Amino acid sequence: MMDKRYYFDHNATTPVRPEVVEAMLPYLTERFGNASSIHSFGREAREALEESRRKIAGFLNARPGEFYFTGCGTESDNIALAGVLQSAREGKNALVTTAIEHSAIINTGKVLEERGFKVTFVGVDHRGVVDLDALRKAVGPETALVSVMQANNETGVLQPIHEAARIAHERGALFHTDAVQSAGKVPIDVVETGIDLLTMSAHKLNALKGVGGIYIRKEIPITPLMYGGHHEHGIRPGTENVPGAVGFARAVELAVAHMKDEARKLSALRDRLEKSILDRIPDVVVNGFGASRLANTTNISFPGVDGEALLMSLDLAGVALSTGSACTIGEVEPSHVLLAMGVNPRTATSSLRFSMGWGTTGEGIDHIIEALPPIVERLRRVSGGIAGGCSGNCSCH
Amino acid sequence: MYSKKVMDHFENPRNVGVIENPDGIGKQGNPVCGDVMELSIKVNEDIIEDVKFRTFGCCAAIATSSMVTELVKGKSIDEAERISKQTVAEALDGLPPVKMHCSNLAADALQDAIRDYRERKKAKESVG
Repeated sequence: MMDKRYYFDHNATTPVRPEVVEAMLPYLTERFGNASSIHSFGREAREALEESRRKIAGFLNARPGEFYFTGCGTESDNIALAGVLQSAREGKNALVTTAIEHSAIINTGKVLEERGFKVTFVGVDHRGVVDLDALRKAVGPETALVSVMQANNETGVLQPIHEAARIAHERGALFHTDAVQSAGKVPIDVVETGIDLLTMSAHKLNALKGVGGIYIRKEIPITPLMYGGHHEHGIRPGTENVPGAVGFARAVELAVAHMKDEARKLSALRDRLEKSILDRIPDVVVNGFGASRLANTTNISFPGVDGEALLMSLDLAGVALSTGSACTIGEVEPSHVLLAMGVNPRTATSSLRFSMGWGTTGEGIDHIIEALPPIVERLRRVSGGIAGGCSGNCSCH
Repeated sequence: MYSKKVMDHFENPRNVGVIENPDGIGKQGNPVCGDVMELSIKVNEDIIEDVKFRTFGCCAAIATSSMVTELVKGKSIDEAERISKQTVAEALDGLPPVKMHCSNLAADALQDAIRDYRERKKAKESVG
């Protein structure tokens, strides 16, 4: 019965585009040399690696020598936070970040705290935008690094990183942004915005998993996570993933070329999806409504229904997406992002994230609009109101 | 992840609702977040004539609630009291380990309903 599948989880990962596969193939089969080898196989691999580096750095308006390839976004986040803090000079032992960051930032922050660094997690308002006043108060002369993500992965809400960078610099701190969700979707200019470090991830923009990137402005001392050869100037030793890098660069090229059109198209699809859901299903809340968001994401709470139950029902109907919570042993953990926005825990566990991307069409939207209302109705009938109704966070009715 | 039986009970839950003038009500779960289950029973001469449930929770939570109602309908109170979380899980051809707590909830809600029934019965008898 379930023949066609519709993928609405692009913020989790994306398909590798055919052009990207094509660009990578020769580096798997014929030009497979180690980029550090002196012979012709090595030289051609090195050429491809450096060309890829140039392309991605160009997209960021950074110098090629400031962009390094890593194994993933999480690794880049670790390099940025631990790398900067551990190399910071005497008296600069604090990190200021936000409560809505990806776990790669949050958990690295927590570990640094255990190791004696001072870490502050600044809150957000009900729309999910970082509280700039709180940020100003939290950053002081002992702050080595401020880290604020460019766009949140669960809600798509864009953060005021230009202002956050200014606040950091005014107080003598460096500024890092986790651009894993935003890169390829919005333009980035590290010079104009005042970004000192930036994290990217290839598999979020239609390239391979296991490939990441970090931009580090020249002359920032970094303690690396690993030790070994001289690859990537010691920032990330290990034989370079040349095919991965080539694919990453090709994907970035494509993203830049189609950025405006994609944003326009996805915005229209997302808005139609949101409006239809709001029209057809009572008592739903769009999390992040009213904030500036990425065009492809919407996070919606359906009070009275469990998120996992919704997820499974939609999966059975051929729609793949995700919730904002993780079910670990025994307890359902509500999304820390939604909780930070003031959403109550029960409503937070009743939320779904719809994220679109390359390949999403109106057909998928139509399918969800048809399938979702009866699912919510059925599950609300099963719960019969024993777990509360509307959350009260009604900013969007 | 889930067996066919679990998916069947999830998509087509049996006995959803609330018994009018119930003889016993059982409720279990975390009201702040996490699954919540309510079971109401109609008892005649110690036989569970009818049973309904309402559940807020994941697939396993809904499936285990539905299965519990199927297991107890028509049984005596004493028989129903012997239904454990294992019974429920086995009837569903097993649950993933991380979801076993859902069958706990269902079994506990049932025991809660039976306890409530016994207490109400005792209260009626002492008044009369």
